[in-house]
Amino acid sequence: MKTIWLIAAALLAVMQAAHAQNHRGGTLKLVAASSDGSIDPQVNYTDQYWQLFIVAYDGLVAFRKSAGSSSNDIVPDLATSVPAPQDGGKTYVFKLRQNIKFSNGQPVTPADVVASFERLFKVNNPNAGSWYNNIVGGDKCLTAPATCTLPDGVVAGDDGTITIHLVKPNPEFLYQIALPFGAILPAATPPHDMGTIPIPGTGPYAITSYDPQKAFILQRNPYFKVFSPEAQPDGYVNEIDFEFGVTGENAVTAIENGQYDLDMDPSLPADRLAEMSTRFPRQIYINPLLADYYAPMNVNIPPFSNLNARLAVNYALNRRDTVQIYGGKNLGVPACQILPPGFPGYQPYCPYTKNPGPKWTAPDLAKAQSYMQKSGMAGQKVTVITDDEGVDPALGTYLGSVLNQLGFVATTHVLSANIQFNYIQNTNNKVQISITLWYDDYPAPSDFLNVLLTCGQIHPGSDNSVNIAGYCNKQYDAKVQAALRDAITDPAKANTEWAAIDKQATDAAAWATLFNPKQLDFVSARLGNYTFSEQFHLLFDKVWVQ
Amino acid sequence: MLAFAILIVIIAACLAAPWYAQNISQSDPFASNLDGSITLAGQPVDIMQSADTGFGVTPIGPTWTQKYFLGADDQGRDVAARILFGGRNSLLIAAGATLICLTLAGLIGIVAGFSGGFVDSILARILDILWAFPVYLLAISLSAVLISRGLKLGPVTIDSDSLLIPIAIIGIVYVPYVARPIRGQVLSLARSDFVLAAVCLGVPRARILWKDILPNVITTLIVFAPLMMALNMLTEAALSFLSIGVQPPAASWGTIILDGEGLLYTRPAVAIAPGLAIMLTVVALNFLGDGVREAFDPRAKIRVQK
Repeated sequence: MKTIWLIAAALLAVMQAAHAQNHRGGTLKLVAASSDGSIDPQVNYTDQYWQLFIVAYDGLVAFRKSAGSSSNDIVPDLATSVPAPQDGGKTYVFKLRQNIKFSNGQPVTPADVVASFERLFKVNNPNAGSWYNNIVGGDKCLTAPATCTLPDGVVAGDDGTITIHLVKPNPEFLYQIALPFGAILPAATPPHDMGTIPIPGTGPYAITSYDPQKAFILQRNPYFKVFSPEAQPDGYVNEIDFEFGVTGENAVTAIENGQYDLDMDPSLPADRLAEMSTRFPRQIYINPLLADYYAPMNVNIPPFSNLNARLAVNYALNRRDTVQIYGGKNLGVPACQILPPGFPGYQPYCPYTKNPGPKWTAPDLAKAQSYMQKSGMAGQKVTVITDDEGVDPALGTYLGSVLNQLGFVATTHVLSANIQFNYIQNTNNKVQISITLWYDDYPAPSDFLNVLLTCGQIHPGSDNSVNIAGYCNKQYDAKVQAALRDAITDPAKANTEWAAIDKQATDAAAWATLFNPKQLDFVSARLGNYTFSEQFHLLFDKVWVQ
Repeated sequence: MLAFAILIVIIAACLAAPWYAQNISQSDPFASNLDGSITLAGQPVDIMQSADTGFGVTPIGPTWTQKYFLGADDQGRDVAARILFGGRNSLLIAAGATLICLTLAGLIGIVAGFSGGFVDSILARILDILWAFPVYLLAISLSAVLISRGLKLGPVTIDSDSLLIPIAIIGIVYVPYVARPIRGQVLSLARSDFVLAAVCLGVPRARILWKDILPNVITTLIVFAPLMMALNMLTEAALSFLSIGVQPPAASWGTIILDGEGLLYTRPAVAIAPGLAIMLTVVALNFLGDGVREAFDPRAKIRVQK
C-alpha cells in the first residue's frame, strides 16, 4: 500500500513538473499611464514597483509567495531560516545561504548584507528614520548618512552568520526587512539613489532596462537557481515588459484585445466596469485590500482644529456614494474606522452612521448639522486637495460638495499624482483636508495606528510627514508604545489594545475614513494561474501567459 | 451679422443659467447627486445607474427632456445646466483676459513706439523675453504656482480659487502678441507727416498722443478684440482641462470636458457638448473679428469691392 502511495506521489510530481514546463516561457505585458519613479529598491516606495522588485531582489527573509492570508507569513529567503529573537527581542542571528549569485555573476557575501543595511541610510530610505534607525548605530547614521557604518548593529561572522542588534525590541523587525527596502544588493552599489540604472539582484528576474518615458523590462536572471521556493519561486514567464503612456480607457481596450495582460494603475475607469464584467467575466479578479481611502483633516488649523467640525464631516459623508464613485458595491466597503477588516486587532466599529454599530449604514445628516452648528465654522473657506489619478478627482469633488452642503465654502484643487501625496504631508502648505489612500506595508496594526497618527510622525516643513492630519495626543502615543511592547510577548493582548487604540483614533475624527477598497484586476484572456498575495497583490512569478 | 447673432444667443443662454437650473432642470449643478432619481415615462430612473453585475456605475445619458437634457456627469449633476453655468465663466474669463491683454498691450506698444530710444529698447526686450516662452508653457507654469497658493501683492490678496487668477494669467501671456504690432504701428505713425507737422508746430506730446496716435491705434485694438477673445477662450479651456484653470465646484467648458474625459466610451455627450460650445463660440468670434476688421480697415473694403 505504501509503495502505491509513493508511486502515486512520484507520478504527481512528474506531472506537475511537466505541467510547469509546458507553461514556461513567453512575455508578460503590463501597462500603466505613467512610470513611478526610481527603480532603486531601497528608495522607491510605491506598490506598483514593489510588485516587480519582489521578483528581482531578495532580503534575508521574505513574505511567502502565496495566495490568501498565508502571504502574510515570514519565510526564509537569503537566510537559511527565520531566526527566533534573542536577548529579549533585541538580537537576530541569520545564517546566509551559500552559493547564491547576483544577476551579474558575483556571489552574495555577508559583506553585501552589511553594506545593504548601511546603504539604507546613505540613500535616505523613506523609513530610515522610523524603522531602520532602531538598528544599533542607526541614529548616528541618520545624522551623517554619507559616512554611515553599523559596526555594532549589523555584524558579519566568519561562519556566514549575520547578527543584527536592535536598540529596543521590535516585534515588526522581520516584516520591515522582508519588504523590498531590505533587499540585499552588491556591496559595490553606489551609495545614492540609482534612479534609472538597474542594480543587480538575486531573484529569478533581473531588470535589464528602464526608461521612465517608455518601459521597464525584466528578463530571466541567468544565475538564478531556486533556493527558497516559498520566498522566491522560479517564475513561468521569460520576460516582463511594463510599458508606460497608455491611459485607463485605452488600457482596458488593449487588454480586451489581448495586447496587454494587466493594467497596473490602481483604479480602472468606472464607466467601463459594467462592460468588462458582462463581456469578460472570466478575466476579472477581485480581492480585498488591506487599505483605507480616507480624508485626513488637519487638526491644527481651522476649521478642522474644531472637533465638532470634524465630527460634522464624518456624520455627513455618504460612504455608499464614495463606493459608487470608486466603481460600485462590489469594489469597496464603506468604513468609519482606521484599521481595515481582516487586520490584526480589527474589531468592527462605526460611530458615524445612523444607528451606530459595527457597520456603516447611512449618513446622519441631523447629527452632522447639529455638530456643524456647534462648531461655529459655517462660512469658513475650505480647499480639498486631491490628485488627478483614477477616481480621486471625483472623490475630491464629492467631498467638496458635502462640505458645501454642511455650510463651508469649499473648492477642490486637483494636483498631479506625482506630487499630491508629498504636498499634503508638508505642514507649510497648510492643507486643510485631502483625499488619499494608505495600503499596509505589512500586517501589523502599528502600520496604521502608529505610523499615521502619532506625534513622532509629524515633521514640520517636511514632505515626509505622514501623519497628515497632524494628530498628536501624548496619552494616545503612550497606549501605542504599550501595545508595541506587548506585541513581543503577548500578541493576543496587544491585539486587544490595538482595537481600543483604533476606537480612540476613530473617535478623535482626525480622519474621515471613506471605504476599504478592493483590488480589481482585469487581465488578458491568456493570463493563467492568477495568484493574489495580500502583501504584494498579483504575483508575477506565479502567473503564466502560455 | 450671423456670427454676432450666434454670440448674442450664446451669451443670453449663459446669462439665463440660474433661471434654467431653477425652473427647467430643477437641480443644483454644483452639488453631487449620486443617490438621486428622476421620472422618465412614468418610471423612476436612477441618475447613477449601477450595473446588474455590481461592477461599475454609469450616469444617466441624454434624456432630451427638461431634466438631464444632456444627461449627467460622474457626480450625477445635470450636464446641460453645468454647460450654461460653465459658459458664463468661460466667456467672463475670455472677455476679462482680453480686456487686460489689450489694455496692457496698447499701453506698452504706445509708450514704447512713441518714446523710442532707451524706453523702447527696454520695453521691446521685455516683450521679446515674454514672446520667447511658448505661450501654453508660460500659462501652465504661472497657473500651477498661483492656483496652489493664490496671489499676495502687498495689500492685494487673490484667493487660489478666484477667477481673477486665470483672467490675469491669460491676459498677460498674450500681451506681446498684440503689443508688438501696436508698437510697430506707433513707430510708423510717429514718423508720419501729420505727426511730424504737429511736432514742428509745437503741439504738446500728450496732445499728439491723445489726438493723433490713440485714435489710429484704437481701431487696431478693436479689430484684435474678438480674435484675442477666441484665443483666450481656447487657452482657458486648455488650462481648465489640465485642472489649473477654473477650480471645482465652479465650472467652465474646459472643466466639463475634463469631467467627461472618463466617460468618453459610455457618455460621450458630457465631453462633446462643451467642446461644441467652445467651437461654436470661437468660430463666431473669428467671423466677428473678420467683420470688424473689414469695417475698420478701408483697404480691406476696397479689396472686397475689387
